[in-house]
Amino acid sequence: MDFRVVFQNFSFLMLQGFVGFGGFAGGTLRLALPAIALGFVLGTAIGLARLARARWLSLAAGVYVEFFRGVPLVMVIFWFWFIIPALLGTSLPEYMVALTAFVVFEAAYLAEIVRSGIQAVPRGQVEAATATGLKRAQMMRHVVLPQALRHMIPALVTQFIVLLKDTSLASIIGYVDLTKAAQIVNNREIRPFELYLFIAVIYWLCSYGMSRYARYWEHRLTPSHS
Amino acid sequence: MNYRFDWSVLWSGQTGALLLQGIETTLELSLIGWLIAVVLGVVSGALRTLPIPPLRWLAAGYVEFFRNVPLLVWMFVWYFAVPPLLPQAFQDFLLDHGVEFWAGVFALGVYHGARFAEVIRSGISAIPRTQFEAAASTGLTIAQTYRLVILPVALRLIVPPATNETLALLKNSSIALTIGVAELTFQVRQIETYTAKAFEALVAGTIIYLILCLAISALSAQIERRVAIPGMITKRTMGEA
Repeated sequence: MDFRVVFQNFSFLMLQGFVGFGGFAGGTLRLALPAIALGFVLGTAIGLARLARARWLSLAAGVYVEFFRGVPLVMVIFWFWFIIPALLGTSLPEYMVALTAFVVFEAAYLAEIVRSGIQAVPRGQVEAATATGLKRAQMMRHVVLPQALRHMIPALVTQFIVLLKDTSLASIIGYVDLTKAAQIVNNREIRPFELYLFIAVIYWLCSYGMSRYARYWEHRLTPSHS
Repeated sequence: MNYRFDWSVLWSGQTGALLLQGIETTLELSLIGWLIAVVLGVVSGALRTLPIPPLRWLAAGYVEFFRNVPLLVWMFVWYFAVPPLLPQAFQDFLLDHGVEFWAGVFALGVYHGARFAEVIRSGISAIPRTQFEAAASTGLTIAQTYRLVILPVALRLIVPPATNETLALLKNSSIALTIGVAELTFQVRQIETYTAKAFEALVAGTIIYLILCLAISALSAQIERRVAIPGMITKRTMGEA
């Protein structure tokens, strides 16, 4: 066992592979951060649609959620990898393909989080908002969503952990994230144990750190504390 | 967009056989991985609730280490990094017996075992303390308490979240294509390579996964109805990808 291979390639693995600086246009964080932000926007829209009073809208949102929760992410990535070029006539960079796939896929899971967050807001709040004469959209924006967001934080952090781990799958279409960077170094150096153990530790530090944070929030949000 | 659809690629020539082989491998991979995951999950989930700190720490170490690293990385570890550490004779044996399949099975089983452990643990912690006290007062040892009282009840409580985990495992078996296991997603790509009909192949693969997921959900709804304990329900947890 010789961990020098990790130190010699440290800046490639971490700066290019993990963060996303440099010529490869890759990066785990550069994919995960916009994906969670955009996925949350789309997920909120779908979560709200699922609770909409219009039947066709809630039905369509339900189909969206159930469909993407029943299909492997790898399959969804391949869908976008083959379909985007066929639709647009030109191929997009791996980054755009991976980002689109992650936003569309994660939105299905985020929609469920948003929905259950909204349903956790006490009914009395809705009645009080209606009684003060707020319209439905105003009530959502000013009363329900701000409270729902507080309840959603632990689940959102957990979902971000899932997403961060899932971004490793972008490497199968050639996107240079942390996993792909380790593969590239390994192809040259043939040191699988050291390299894969190293990236396992990096992923672990991020995931475990954030899961502690989620637990802290959950603890703060339990009724006896708030 | 001038794409010509040709659905016959799915059953003409070899492609039909490829799809069937893919389904078979996906099911084998998932089933063996599931058995490993359930055994590891029940044991480490139960250990995490014991009043014996060293065993609790051991189980917590396993769970927290394995579930916080991407499955893809575990695939690479089990496939590329572990075999060279084994004795030469065993390496040769593995190479002759589909090393990628077994690496995939272990990666799936050990990773999902850590996730199952959390499900089992939540099931055990949903059981009232009085059950433990009653078991102790009738003279049962800790091992007997778990085997005869706690686990039979816990396993009946966790059917809904365990179903979510099972579905996640089935879907995650597709990640084994990265180490060359010829499962369903791998075969979908093969068909795309041979016939250049990406759309048809992807539709077929997607529908097969959806059918498998629906079948498992339907089966577990049956099981849930049969084993439900009136008055005790654990709420369905959010499934992870």
